[in-house]
Amino acid sequence: MTKAECKEVFALLSQYLDGELPEDVCEQMDRHIGDCPPCVEFLASLKKTAALCRQMEVEEKPPELAEEARASLVEAYRRFAD
Amino acid sequence: MAGDGGALEEFIDVFRGKLFQYTLMMCGHRADAEEVAQDTLMQVFQHFGQLREPEHVRAWVFRIARNACSMKRRKSVYAPDRELSLDELMPRWKQQDGERRLEIADWSRLPEDALLEGEMKAKLHEAIVALPDIYRSVVLLRDMEGLSTAETSQVLEVSEDVVKTRLHRGRLAVRQKLDEYLAGAAV
Ligand SMILES: [Zn+2]
Repeated sequence: MTKAECKEVFALLSQYLDGELPEDVCEQMDRHIGDCPPCVEFLASLKKTAALCRQMEVEEKPPELAEEARASLVEAYRRFAD
Repeated sequence: MAGDGGALEEFIDVFRGKLFQYTLMMCGHRADAEEVAQDTLMQVFQHFGQLREPEHVRAWVFRIARNACSMKRRKSVYAPDRELSLDELMPRWKQQDGERRLEIADWSRLPEDALLEGEMKAKLHEAIVALPDIYRSVVLLRDMEGLSTAETSQVLEVSEDVVKTRLHRGRLAVRQKLDEYLAGAAV
């Protein structure tokens, strides 16, 4: 495993995780990663990062809608629904 | 969708709350985010009849929200748009016990299915918000909102390859920030 090979693998890791690589490229990646502890370690850190991003949500809520704004939204909705 | 008045009001509140999550991360300013969420909802209701491909409704809604955000965007809030290079996002190499290793934190302390909470959540929020706009928008849509690569490319009006590249660099930049945190903190 050379640094240059690892660098090529690094460049494709998100697509590898997301199952977006062609089969042959994916197999090459499997072979490299299976034999390269630094790539295993790096892949795990990226995978955990993506998993945390998927859980990210904003807890802040918007304030109550003003009555006027609510009324115009209701009206706009009714117009398209009718 | 909604039938009587009460259900419609509830639908509006839920939809607006969902949009607000996205617009707050996208525009930054609370006041802007509220206004954009409201404008988006209004435009969705007004133009629903023009939606040609109902299966792409989520992409269509996010595209309206994103356009409304960019009209509002006050450039100073977030990091300016700049390209992140792969090199700057890669960890450095070191020699240790005669082996070539990466200089990265011990991520094995963080379980695979770690729940996002407490300080980690604050750090992640910080890291996402600090991303340049072109990367933040992709991470929000792909990872936070769960849109596909194709849908994200429709929302942002860029090719799927660009979505993939930006998602990877965005995640790498977030990973790097979390790495610094993990290396320094006892988690
Ligand atoms: Zn490697």
